[in-house]
Amino acid sequence: MTHTSAAAIRNVVVLALGRIAPEADLSALDPTADIREQLDIDSVDFLNFVLAIHAELGIDIPEADYGKLRTLESCSAYLGARQVA
Amino acid sequence: MTLAVEEQVASPSEDALVEFRMPSLGADMQDGTVVEWRIQPGASIQRGDVIAVVETDKGAIDVDIFTSGRLERILVPVGEKVPVGTPLALVRGDAGAAPPTPIAAPSTPPPSPPQAIQPTSAGAAEHAPSGRLRVSPLARKMAADLGIDLAAITGTGPGGAIDRADVERAAQAAQRIAAQPTLVVRPPSVAPQVTRATAAARQAAMRRAIAAAMARSNREIPHYYLETSIDLQRALAWLQEENVKRPVTERLLPAVLLLKAVALATRDVPEMNGFWTDDQLQPSDAIHLGVAISLRTGGLVTPAIHDTDLKSLDELSAALRDLVLRARSGGLRSSELSEATLTVTNLGDLGAEKVFGVIYPPQVALVGFGAIVHRPWAVDGLLGVRPLVTATLAGDHRASDGHRGSRFLAAVERLLQQPEVL
Repeated sequence: MTHTSAAAIRNVVVLALGRIAPEADLSALDPTADIREQLDIDSVDFLNFVLAIHAELGIDIPEADYGKLRTLESCSAYLGARQVA
Repeated sequence: MTLAVEEQVASPSEDALVEFRMPSLGADMQDGTVVEWRIQPGASIQRGDVIAVVETDKGAIDVDIFTSGRLERILVPVGEKVPVGTPLALVRGDAGAAPPTPIAAPSTPPPSPPQAIQPTSAGAAEHAPSGRLRVSPLARKMAADLGIDLAAITGTGPGGAIDRADVERAAQAAQRIAAQPTLVVRPPSVAPQVTRATAAARQAAMRRAIAAAMARSNREIPHYYLETSIDLQRALAWLQEENVKRPVTERLLPAVLLLKAVALATRDVPEMNGFWTDDQLQPSDAIHLGVAISLRTGGLVTPAIHDTDLKSLDELSAALRDLVLRARSGGLRSSELSEATLTVTNLGDLGAEKVFGVIYPPQVALVGFGAIVHRPWAVDGLLGVRPLVTATLAGDHRASDGHRGSRFLAAVERLLQQPEVL
């Protein structure tokens, strides 16, 4: 699987968030704050988000790792690390 | 809720000529506007095909057709706002096509009598008084905000007046030609400024419609309320085990278990499922659970998952995810918005512990679930901590009583103790 740059990963995360929260102004998202709180997304939205990431990057995020997706920054860090593994 | 969108029209030919009417997509809906016809006269159609897009207070809805056949004639053109029940098109149904079993009209007054609607003539024939454009105040403000030239708009309101919907359409048309998205994630045809202005107008309209429906519900329906705490230990443990075995694409959410349990419990206590019309309960054979989805843009929609009780957990999960996606981004179908037989509202993880809701007429019950919380619980005579969810029932006391309601909640609880058979 090709290595995706950090910037590209970040873009995929933002795109995925845009799909589940099309009304949100993602340019105003605080990368260090809780995504769910900021966007007011529910568990179905979140699962759709995880599935969108999987579709784009081929990374299967287990439920046990959901806590690592708390913020935009932690998402990018987690996915970047998962790629290398 | 009127579901008789088609009605047999006497015809000498063997194939039935069926009227396809503006559907009622909720007790609060009075009228709608066709914004797009997806098929042309002469085209053949299959049951379930989306044949038109209708603009309502709840946004643009894909209208799917009940029957198969051939589109004979379009009766209402794009841009014309018509009351619920107005014939929109004539369909020559396949021989043997039957209209859906009519669910009797709601207790709201029936739509305006047909003489007020002349689909081919009146609105277009009348012209505005010379010189001054007739524009509703809201439309005027919207046009000013969006920089739309009112003189370039054709009004579809009474007497050719320009209303909010006309301005919205003009704005969307302008955006399709001009705008570049500011952020790659946005749908290409809509720029942020248009989204905010039209969203605000739509939000206000939806809020008014919901307010009217909820006020009417509380006025007309004698509600009774029941609650019960349900231990979800077994269900969640089973879910966790299952999800570890499954790929992410087949992951299940607790919400899916709750929905399935409610659907199956309805089989045990069918007076929760159906409609109150003509002073009696018309039970529904089919169980189509409405799922309350709170829209972050404002308002609430309650689209149905058809035959919830017959779907596997996997099918339910896919249906729920798809429904939420389409509720957020547009693309809900009229058949989903008009056919719920019982509604479930689930506050989710960040919600309050319990919700006592207001029944959506003409339904006769509303099931609520609060957030799953860990609380002290008696387990085999000892104190333990368990994940609990508070399930509530708002019941129409004309259709059922506390005893039957209790049986219903007890059935939901019992089913959630055996998740493997859901």
